[in-house]
Amino acid sequence: MDALLAIVKFLVDEIFSKPFYLVGLMTAVGLIALRRPTSQVIGGTVKATMGFLILVAGAGTVVNALEPLGKLILGATGASGVVPTNEAIVALAQSKYGALTAWLMFLGFLASLIIARATNLHYVFLTGHHIFYMATMLAVILVTVGMAGAGAAIVGAILLGTIMVIMPAFAHPWMKAVTGGEKVAMGHFGSLGYIAGGLAGQIVARVAGKKGKSSEEIEFPAGLRFLREPMVGTAVAMLVIYVVFAVWYAGRGDVGLARAAEAVGMNATWGSYLMAQLLNALNFGVGVAVILLGVRTIIGEIVPAFAGIAERVVPGALPALDCPVSFPYAPNAVLIGFLTSVLGGLISLLLIAWGLGKAWVLTLILPGMVPHFFTGGTAGVFGNATGGRWGAAWGGFVNGILITFLPAFLLKVLGALGFANTTFGDADFGWYGIVIGNIAQSKGTTGIVGMLVAAVVLIWFASWFQRKYVEKGWVPGKAAARAAKK
Amino acid sequence: MKILAVCGMGLGSGLLLRMQAEKALRQLGIDADLEVADIGSARAMAQTADLILTSNELAEQLGKVKPRVVTISNFVDLKEMVEKLRAALVKT
Repeated sequence: MDALLAIVKFLVDEIFSKPFYLVGLMTAVGLIALRRPTSQVIGGTVKATMGFLILVAGAGTVVNALEPLGKLILGATGASGVVPTNEAIVALAQSKYGALTAWLMFLGFLASLIIARATNLHYVFLTGHHIFYMATMLAVILVTVGMAGAGAAIVGAILLGTIMVIMPAFAHPWMKAVTGGEKVAMGHFGSLGYIAGGLAGQIVARVAGKKGKSSEEIEFPAGLRFLREPMVGTAVAMLVIYVVFAVWYAGRGDVGLARAAEAVGMNATWGSYLMAQLLNALNFGVGVAVILLGVRTIIGEIVPAFAGIAERVVPGALPALDCPVSFPYAPNAVLIGFLTSVLGGLISLLLIAWGLGKAWVLTLILPGMVPHFFTGGTAGVFGNATGGRWGAAWGGFVNGILITFLPAFLLKVLGALGFANTTFGDADFGWYGIVIGNIAQSKGTTGIVGMLVAAVVLIWFASWFQRKYVEKGWVPGKAAARAAKK
Repeated sequence: MKILAVCGMGLGSGLLLRMQAEKALRQLGIDADLEVADIGSARAMAQTADLILTSNELAEQLGKVKPRVVTISNFVDLKEMVEKLRAALVKT
């Protein structure tokens, strides 16, 4: 009996509470279920485990780079500020919330298959990194309100499974407008921003009385192409942010260079102080690159296993895929949406800084380039599909507003992780986190029942939407296009 | 043979390209190692690859690289993948 107990204790302490082994184990289960050859099972398992450890290693670099930024922003403005970057916040969260995250990822995926099978929401969400990120956010919210163990795993899995099938359904009418009816759905947790982008395009078309010219009829200056490289964009944007706040802080009459440099542990000459900011910006980029390598290694093993399982459990379901799948339909709209999204983000930042922040007790949200590029770009594609080039511009802009205000409110329900100088960027993390996080605040049974009721209501609503709009073949922007032809 | 699937971050759509290519290669009866890369590191990784799969826009950005670049316009269309891979690999 004692020996059995010792084994159980060993499993719980040394494997089931260590996220890297858990992730490896789940990969092994997935690959074995697909009857892959032994060499592939072993290789995949080791790779996924190491991927997780790579990610944790990258988190350290990101923390070191972000620490001085927090001090600079606070010193310069008197308010705290964050730069939303999913990769960074997810990696930071793993040391404390990793085990629950790993459980949620696995059980949540199974829950999504069950929901997809049991309802008319036949979508299989295959964007592995977003499953991982959403699992992390839900784990943080549940642990913050004191939940743990099997209860947290089950509730979290249901919540994750829910969002994985409802968002592709809600976004689908607009996705059809983008792809012209291809058999593919949007599987990305920026979907609220894309729907908003599509709606913005519809409004633009209605105001103008016709759908404007497509963004793809514009010749784009080739000099803007480097913007398509998110790593470069991130480092350059971070450099601007570091330098602006470093100069602002040191330039304050009551602080001066000497005190500012001391506060962030740098040498008190302008040359050295500014070069330290350059290094910080580059190091942030390095940390994100390392984290990405880790995420890529994990999902490269897990997603094919997930896809294989999904094909058997929910045959014929629509695959819901990562947002760049929409980029080839309107590459110019991607750049337009990205730029206007940053613009929307900056204007929202000014609004927060000039008053709304105080009134609602919000943190400054600085533009994170990764979320703006991918979600702004996709919102641009959606806006273009319903409202032409001006639709693309307004689509990105609306997305930029959403991904600035939503994270500001989201921070309040993330507990200790709300003070990490970075947070989740994309719109669905924002709205879902705020809704679930606030329900979870009423702790104990009320909170749990509340969260489950929320999941059921959302599934019911999505199912109604699917029946009423998706299955009836409604495609937004079609009426405007028809009017334009006449 | 090593095939590199390239997308912006080396996450979602690159992995999708890899999975589609795996299916296509099985149909064609070709054995290959597939890897995913982000656009930032793709040029370096291209040195050791025999073929690159990516989208039109990213191919433009990738510029001139040693291996042959095959662009895929519809990421979910298996037929396109099979035909383009056959054209690139089978006749050589």
